[in-house]
Amino acid sequence: MKARFVLRASTPWWRGPLLVGAAALLTILISAIMIRWAGGAPIPAVRYMFISPLQSRFGFTESLLSATPLVFTGAAVAIAFRAGYWNIGAEGQLLAGTIGATWVGLHAESLPRIVGVPLILLAGMLFGALWALTPALLRTRLGIDEVVTTLLLNPVALLIITGLLNGPWRNSESGFPDSDVIADSTKLWIVWPNTRVHFGLALGVVVIGLCWWFVGKMSGGLKLRAVGLAPNAARIAGLPVERTLLITALASGGIAGLGGASEIAGVAHQLTTGISNNFGYTGVIVATLAALSFVGALLVALMFGVITVGSFSASRALEIPSQIGQLVQAVLLITVVCALVIQKYRVVWTIKRSEGRK
Amino acid sequence: MNSVEGVVIASRGGAPSIYLRNITKAYGETIALSDVSLDLRAGEVHALLGENGAGKTTLMKILYGLSQPDSGQIEADGVALKIESPRDARAAGIGMVTQHFSLVKNMTVIENIALASAKTFAIDLARVRAEIVSASTRFGLDVPPDAIVSSLPISLQQRVEILKALMSGCSYLILDEPTAVLGPNDIDSLLEVIRRLRSDAGIGIVLISHKMAEIEKVADRVSVLRRGQVVSSSLANGITSKELVTLMVGEQQSGAEQRQRSASPSQSQSPILVLESVGVTREAGGLSDVSFAVRPGEILGIAGVSGNGQTELVNVLSGTTQIDSGTIVVEGRQLGSNTPQSLMRAGVGILGEDRHASAVHALQVVENLILDCVEKFAGKLQLRRKEMLSHCESAITQFEIKANPKQAFGTLSGGNMQKVLLARLFSRNPKVAIISQPTRGLDVMATNYVRSLIAQASKQSTAVVLVSEDLDEILELADRVAVMYRGSVVGIVDHSEASRESIGELMAGIAK
Repeated sequence: MKARFVLRASTPWWRGPLLVGAAALLTILISAIMIRWAGGAPIPAVRYMFISPLQSRFGFTESLLSATPLVFTGAAVAIAFRAGYWNIGAEGQLLAGTIGATWVGLHAESLPRIVGVPLILLAGMLFGALWALTPALLRTRLGIDEVVTTLLLNPVALLIITGLLNGPWRNSESGFPDSDVIADSTKLWIVWPNTRVHFGLALGVVVIGLCWWFVGKMSGGLKLRAVGLAPNAARIAGLPVERTLLITALASGGIAGLGGASEIAGVAHQLTTGISNNFGYTGVIVATLAALSFVGALLVALMFGVITVGSFSASRALEIPSQIGQLVQAVLLITVVCALVIQKYRVVWTIKRSEGRK
Repeated sequence: MNSVEGVVIASRGGAPSIYLRNITKAYGETIALSDVSLDLRAGEVHALLGENGAGKTTLMKILYGLSQPDSGQIEADGVALKIESPRDARAAGIGMVTQHFSLVKNMTVIENIALASAKTFAIDLARVRAEIVSASTRFGLDVPPDAIVSSLPISLQQRVEILKALMSGCSYLILDEPTAVLGPNDIDSLLEVIRRLRSDAGIGIVLISHKMAEIEKVADRVSVLRRGQVVSSSLANGITSKELVTLMVGEQQSGAEQRQRSASPSQSQSPILVLESVGVTREAGGLSDVSFAVRPGEILGIAGVSGNGQTELVNVLSGTTQIDSGTIVVEGRQLGSNTPQSLMRAGVGILGEDRHASAVHALQVVENLILDCVEKFAGKLQLRRKEMLSHCESAITQFEIKANPKQAFGTLSGGNMQKVLLARLFSRNPKVAIISQPTRGLDVMATNYVRSLIAQASKQSTAVVLVSEDLDEILELADRVAVMYRGSVVGIVDHSEASRESIGELMAGIAK
């Protein structure tokens, strides 16, 4: 038997939701098998993971907190992918953003908060964009594949952080490789009293809104989409393809860097080597699951926040590994990508007739 | 047309042969091949001639198992063959060298050939090397066995491809436009290789080409395909180049109307687009010393057998290929460099030969329509969607486009795609319009409409450069006809003196 994928001529409105529903069911089913395998009871585990975080105030706000960095990286990846710039470096760009933010945070004691906060956010954004600059130039000037360069710069950013934390930024009190706590004047406001939900989430939602507006409504966004969908046609129509890619890459890096600053100034308040829990890589999953829609990325990020918090409570209650949360996210990625393929293509099975066919 | 069956042509007696019988193949509504029959014989070079889209490559893809016919069959020495994949074809002794080589560029020649002929799990490279050396001498195909493929010039890479096919034991070899990628000297040595393969090794060769000179030099038989049918099949020494060109481009269609031309098309006005000795350096298929001038309101037709530099010329004028020598002058001002933006600013508009590559399928009709002037509709905070839509609606009415502005461009029919692109071109009011293959693949209605649009544009004193493989189209519309041959303009003929004969001779490169 051999499978061929044939482009569908038309797609009825119900196929998309149906396939996403099927993907979700399949994900829960596969996750349940894995949980069973890990020695837990599947049904309570699924309930802990997907429902219980939404049933308590604490669970809900912690989910929002976990979702916050993913909102930024999801938007960063989505806008780059829409332009056909395959930025896999949101992780490194976010880390670069944390460096910039920490640098400002450690040197901004005497400033008023109204100055300090914009400054720390701006620094994160700049450092993120700067980290994205080299691969973007290599791509637009020399045609070097950005997938490889952006990806390979991710561990470099982490190494720089490790270097800084073991050198100039070593904690002045404990001597551990964590930075000192940043100045109060650069800490983000808490937007939901008595929780840890900070201004970063609001900022993320604003970023999502701006991206959506720009790509969907503005002339630059139309250019960006044209370049992403058919670069040659865009070139023939006189659009500046390389410049569009360069600017989009910098914007993408800037958004990821802003996410890094939001983590430093919003929750962590100091730089550690574990500052990013793979937020950049998860951003790729978030954007893909959202089919590169910005509002979709926001929703997926929030869902991932719930799963992250839920998997911790499931692991505590049922004594299963907390990595089960990441496992669910990964399975979800695979099933949804399959669903997206099936939405676009028909699968035609042919029976092998002669030995010659491969 | 079924005249070919029954044509009996003397050949080396009793040589084995392959018959393609009554092959028909359609892609959707387009008939690519209609009841085509052809035979190939060992020890013979069979040239397959025809314009782009005539069906040559489709036919050979079917023979090589890359594509399946809708009906008809392939026979070898009277026995029906089932060719469902290239592997089946190779088992039947049929090899093919496609236009795009299938070599692993980072590997050596030995490794590439071992890869193709390996039948066992372990590969004995030393043995393969010895086989390559002996095969190279036998076939007269010298290749450096230890060289990395990417370090070799194109002509040697092609030899490796041919050797690879031969060493997998083929007795019939299909060469798909092998000379298109070669320079003049390499062409001669390739033709020498073809001769040797035929005479010394008894290989039957199918040579797909549209170059008269090389067909004259090596072909034993010539078949001409036109619009999916074999219109002629004869011994090569029984037919002249001129006759072949005529067969290829077809007879004048009855009812083709002449455009109303002004008595002397704006001879008084100074030219608006001038190309002076424009050259693009390529190992093959570049441009050399292309010069012409177009005046406002004039249509300059560019004729030529395809692959003689027309595509390069259009790429130069759309800014996607940079020129290496010469100058382009628009309205008396010389362009510093021919980028898409500088050409557009100077007032040069383009309709590319591939309408699919000229637009973004997934975007809406309205978005494609304004893609070249997005800024014009940019408001402070968002695109002025209403103005875009009303602009699009008026274009839809004016150009008789059957489409909804919000429909995805990719869902349009070919004719409507072309109309959208023409609407985009003419809404800029270009001073010069470069129009390439405007009616390729369109039905009669759409064709006539598109031609009337071009005529109308010239009436509004747009200068038009019309590149077309359809000679009727050029004769119908053009005020003057420039003929391209091997990357140069070999002659410019006024429409009053242009005839199928005079143009055909220039196209074949046989008139001075």
